[in-house]
Amino acid sequence: MPKSFTFVVVVLALIGMAGSGSARASSQEEMRSLDDQVQEIKTDVLRIAAELSQLEEQLLYPSNTQVSVFVALSSEHAFRLDAMQIHIDGQLAAHHIYSFKELDALESGGVQRIYTGNFPTGAHHMQVSVIGKLSNGEAYQRTAEFSFDKGVDPRLLGLAVAGPGAGEAIELQDW
Amino acid sequence: MSRCRHWRVAVPLALALAVSAARAADPAPHDLYFSEALYHARQGEWFEALQRLDTELGQHYGLDEPKLDSLYPLIGDAEFSVGDFELNYRMHHRAGRAIKAVLEGDVPERVRNDAAYRLARIHFQKGQLVDALHALDRIRGEIPNRIRDDVEFLRANVYLATARPDDAAPILKKLQGAKDLRGFSEYNLAIAYLQEERRDDALAQLAKAGTVDASDEQTRAIRDKANLVRGTLLLEAGAYADAKGSLEQVRLDGPYSNQALLSAGWAEFSAKRVEGALVPWNILVRRDHTDPAVQEALLALPYAYGELAVHGRAAYMYSQALQAFGTELDKLDASIVSIREGKFLEALVREEIRQDKDWVVRLRSLPEAPETYYLVDLLASHDFQTALQNYLDLEDLRKRLSTWQRNFDAFEDMVAVRRAYYEPRLPDIDQNFREADSGRRVRLEQHKLLRKRMQQLLIAPRPEHLATTAERQLMARFDEIDQEIGDGTSGEEAALRERLARLRGVVMFGVKTEYHERLTRFYEHLEEASRAIDVLEAQYAAFVRTRQAAMHSYVGYEIPIRRLRTRVADAITRTDRLMARQGTVLERVAVRELQARVRRLEGYEERARYALADSYDRATKAQNGIEGE
Repeated sequence: MPKSFTFVVVVLALIGMAGSGSARASSQEEMRSLDDQVQEIKTDVLRIAAELSQLEEQLLYPSNTQVSVFVALSSEHAFRLDAMQIHIDGQLAAHHIYSFKELDALESGGVQRIYTGNFPTGAHHMQVSVIGKLSNGEAYQRTAEFSFDKGVDPRLLGLAVAGPGAGEAIELQDW
Repeated sequence: MSRCRHWRVAVPLALALAVSAARAADPAPHDLYFSEALYHARQGEWFEALQRLDTELGQHYGLDEPKLDSLYPLIGDAEFSVGDFELNYRMHHRAGRAIKAVLEGDVPERVRNDAAYRLARIHFQKGQLVDALHALDRIRGEIPNRIRDDVEFLRANVYLATARPDDAAPILKKLQGAKDLRGFSEYNLAIAYLQEERRDDALAQLAKAGTVDASDEQTRAIRDKANLVRGTLLLEAGAYADAKGSLEQVRLDGPYSNQALLSAGWAEFSAKRVEGALVPWNILVRRDHTDPAVQEALLALPYAYGELAVHGRAAYMYSQALQAFGTELDKLDASIVSIREGKFLEALVREEIRQDKDWVVRLRSLPEAPETYYLVDLLASHDFQTALQNYLDLEDLRKRLSTWQRNFDAFEDMVAVRRAYYEPRLPDIDQNFREADSGRRVRLEQHKLLRKRMQQLLIAPRPEHLATTAERQLMARFDEIDQEIGDGTSGEEAALRERLARLRGVVMFGVKTEYHERLTRFYEHLEEASRAIDVLEAQYAAFVRTRQAAMHSYVGYEIPIRRLRTRVADAITRTDRLMARQGTVLERVAVRELQARVRRLEGYEERARYALADSYDRATKAQNGIEGE
């Protein structure tokens, strides 16, 4: 008796599957064909994106005025970075609050472009503040000041953030 | 059929493990743009990652001396990463081409083997098993440590997929205990034994897989699956007590819990311990009624009460089951209507869902979207997931393209404003510049002559060249007087010439004795002039740059913007068309899946109705029997 009951259930299930077998195969075929076309359009859009980003860079950030700031976490960083604020020549350039995914990406060697803007050639001043938490739960805050020269070429500035007890808490590197 | 399904589920999970393990071992790169691409990739922003890395690779290969580029030492990694990113962005064709290019390039054995492994993985995921095996056969010699086990695991999985369990089993045996494959290598070896029809070995191996140490969710899940499969096999073989033992090892809160509880009930029931079956089934009927195992338990539980001759209770539970099936059928009907109204696709593109990495799971509990409740099984299938992801990717592309299309208007405005500002001013500026520039050229020429003279004086001293203006005037006057005196030979004339010679001597005495001081002063003044010339040159260069920048800020953009605008518009049209087709396919498959569930539930409902009447009859007869007595 229990076997007959199970049998009925299994048969019902099989009816449901058998009825849609050939239709399912044709759907799979259609999905694969669409998948090929989606891949093609992705390739095209990526190409457009590459050209567009070059055009945008020329138009919005010409090389003679372009300044970009990148952030990397030093391999010996000893705190959790929560937020970063950057002022250049007294003006707020960037204020970023880090998500878990962003921190994870930084911790695994990724480098974040936090700011791109335009500055005239000459000497400039940058103030960087970081806010975070130490492993013991205490709040951590540090501010560092740097000077940099902007020449005629694009200027790429790298901020290596290490936190307490590992040399400079925030180091400006020329990239 | 069920055997096939078991290992097919295990394989992608194992590959996911292998991929994450490989990523953790990536070396820290030192190329800024490559690192920026990795920053995006590690957040799952594959489009941005590909865009950055494609651009960087394009620039690298366009360099005259790529060896001087910071990407050069990382070029192998970068090429691999492109393939990886493309794979993750579901661009298998391009990923395959990228990796093939590495394979055919002049690269070290270790790199080639890594590429061959990745290519094999792509083919395997696409179900191209012969190609996968062919790619794996290209792996020879040194294999990077981090993929050594993964290569062999993939090879074994390809053998399993091509029904060659006798080739897979020895490989999987060697992988027993491999840290990154814990649970998966044990489980897949059991499946290989099952394919070889070595049932006892399979059961023993499943027992091993069912007791592995598990520190992460994926390993715990495969451990549960091993126990479930073992329990099901034992149940089919009539070893009910052992079956129950295995099934009880499955976690009550894991993904296989419902099926395990159902089977555990059947094990007890089949062993004539009907009361024992009541426990798991009573747990099960209180769970989510959309699950097929729960729906089966809704029928099985009153059936068990009927077997125990508790017909009143059985009848009550059948009526509850009927009510539950009715509710679920209403829900399914509503879902089908909802899908046909396009709400399923609307639910898929909701932002709050896509923020979650487990969005497929969350779809099930999405409020106001009943159509997703019953699609969990469907969502688990590779093709449907690919189609869903493609739909989401298309939606993402559409949003990007629309933003770009709007940006073009802003760019054109910007160019027009700049043109309106610069064009009227530039002719006057250019005129002033030309005048200033001619003065600059004269000064530069003068400076050049003076430098030349200094060089000559250093080689051959010429004091008269450093005479002052007054001295030069005096000497000129002396020459005039000398001419006036003429060639006369009178005594007066001779006396005049003698006086003139003395005067010349006095002037020349000063010129010659002060020569070194004068030369030093000349040098100092020349240096001062050089500094001024440098400032002049810098100002000139700055002006030229600024002039060029002003020009470049509005000239030469019209054609690229127009072309890009056309291409973006074309891409939007194609994306919309593809989205519509993809959406239709998704809706059709989803409706078909729901209709299958409707048919199954209608069958259950019919059975429940029949069993309910039967239970009432039995309960009434039992009651009449008691009254008769």
